[in-house]
Amino acid sequence: MYLYDDFDRTLVDERIDEFRDQVARRLSGELTEEQFKPLRLMNGVYLQLHAYMLRIAIPYGTLSSEQMRMLAHIARRYDRNYGHFTTRQNLQFNWIKLEDLPDVMADLGRAGLHGMQTSGNCVRNITTDQWAGVAPDEIEDPRIWAEILRQHSTLHPEFSFLPRKFKIAITAASHDRAAVRVHDIGLRLHRNGAGETGFEVMVGGGLGRTPFIGKTIKAFLPKRDLLSYVEAILRVYNQYGRRDNIYKARIKILVHDLGAEAFAKEVDAEWQVIKDGALALDPAHAADITARFRYPEYERLDDNPEELRKARSSNRRFATWLDNSIANHKVSGYAIVTLSLKPEGGPPGDATAEQMESIAALAGRYSFGEIRVGHEQNLVLPHVAQRDLPTLWEKLETIGVATPNVGLVSDIIACPGLDYCSLANTRSIPIAQELTRRFRNLDVAHDLGRLHINISGCINACGHHHVGHIGILGVEKNGEEFFQITLGGRADEQAELGALLGPAVPYAEVADVIEDVVAAYVELRERPNELFIETVNRVGVEPFKERVYATR
Amino acid sequence: MTSPLQQKLKIAGPVVVTANRLGDGVVVYRTADNGWSTQIGAAAIATTVPAATELLHAAIADDISAVGAYIAPVEVDAGRIQPGNMRERIRLQGPTFDLPAIFGI
Ligand code: SF4
Repeated sequence: MYLYDDFDRTLVDERIDEFRDQVARRLSGELTEEQFKPLRLMNGVYLQLHAYMLRIAIPYGTLSSEQMRMLAHIARRYDRNYGHFTTRQNLQFNWIKLEDLPDVMADLGRAGLHGMQTSGNCVRNITTDQWAGVAPDEIEDPRIWAEILRQHSTLHPEFSFLPRKFKIAITAASHDRAAVRVHDIGLRLHRNGAGETGFEVMVGGGLGRTPFIGKTIKAFLPKRDLLSYVEAILRVYNQYGRRDNIYKARIKILVHDLGAEAFAKEVDAEWQVIKDGALALDPAHAADITARFRYPEYERLDDNPEELRKARSSNRRFATWLDNSIANHKVSGYAIVTLSLKPEGGPPGDATAEQMESIAALAGRYSFGEIRVGHEQNLVLPHVAQRDLPTLWEKLETIGVATPNVGLVSDIIACPGLDYCSLANTRSIPIAQELTRRFRNLDVAHDLGRLHINISGCINACGHHHVGHIGILGVEKNGEEFFQITLGGRADEQAELGALLGPAVPYAEVADVIEDVVAAYVELRERPNELFIETVNRVGVEPFKERVYATR
Repeated sequence: MTSPLQQKLKIAGPVVVTANRLGDGVVVYRTADNGWSTQIGAAAIATTVPAATELLHAAIADDISAVGAYIAPVEVDAGRIQPGNMRERIRLQGPTFDLPAIFGI
């Protein structure tokens, strides 16, 4: 966990007072909606179809039990008893009243939570690997760098009015779980030939209307230069990014129009001026932030203890969960546990107040009081002793978060879509729900192996459909809901955008089409363990297309 | 973003003006007596561009009661007003699935 200092606490407290005053002035009519809207957005308050929506930042996806308990309290007291974990590692409440918001903010503030940097044309909440600090394949904890960037960018006057929103993601592992190549800036911490650690800097990735995979503009950036280099990128963007056309305002368009090389040159020129100034990393500052990340006092334990072996051999369901939802931990005798928020028939990423409260308690008991939120809309208990896994599993089962479908066909990423979102063309949650029913047989799902389905209710792509192995995008045709399907996208270190399967299909046919795509994969795969994405890469979209459209 | 007042209106059938109530965000409809109602049945119907524009202007001016006013299509069948598209049906009736409170425990 990261311990906030007095500066952060004061900042949050001041913002709460300011917002209480702004809401009072709005409700009394002193402020018009035009005046108030930018103020509420700066605090993560949107107006959606049914009500106000509050987006709460979860910096680098790390939550304490206390914070999770507070989210449960907000859900119960001010909302409809549930919250929605998003692909941005944030949490959204869908039914918040403006009148209640000052009290909501005050309650959140007591747990160090807020909605800053979750909206507006600023540097948004920085995302990272949900296994940060515990993944065996990482070279160091990327959250330290996320925090350094967070401190630098929060309320930064020069970067509060960028041409458009700006998203940064960081990974420090060999396998990219943070989708860094589809962010405005993606940072990959790695070692160079000399054994030093630094960043590969990718820029101009993004989804939405015009998707791009980020281009590497610096293969190795020493750590001391991180802030100055990011600042140089932001300056070039701030200066040249388009403000005349909202659809062309993201940095990806600038990078594409200029070309990555020319863009890198601009950045470099800016960077040369500032790199040795105040933004060069002060080792004392980095050490201070590093020291504020507290790691658990792990016990010395052996891997695969007897309790675990026994439970595995005597309980098939437990063994299935273990094989699916547990990952290796950096520290022997411990495990990383993913809690699936994708039960059969459930809206992806939703958790009830009771679930949040139970998870907070279980994290307190079994995971040193720490929880993570992943961009796949699942939760993680990052530090569980392996001997506790059988007991923990039973408890997770009773609260409905132990479906062993992590990374499988029913672990669907879906945006809120037309059931909540005012920008939507189509629904996405009911499509996801139907697919979880079609693929409810876990033996089949396990046989299919890793298969990511992503659904967005409009071209804004909050469900990251372009990088789903199967992507589903809702479009409107003559007032009806239609869906375009893409195959072969991926968000990891080999990021690719999916290719269109064929003409859009109506709402009622989407689940059938996806079943056909999956059946085609089973026929086409070369060997039982050739993954869906590998088959698509090998044979292309055409054989799938033939199969799906032959009878339609 | 074009403001609703600058948008060129095209109306293919009966419309109402709808918005969200300021204090709690609840979906409301502009009524004939220049008020707001949560009941779509109480909404003032416009069938011409000038009438719809007038309704919208008045609604936007009433910024203290409701926000985000816009014109939405409706269907009127034997005097009964129904939302004219999926979006408006969802706004009136809520999400098209059971809310998650019934999942889990
Ligand atoms: S992708 Fe579109 S419909 Fe889905 S949440 Fe984003 S803006 Fe809304």
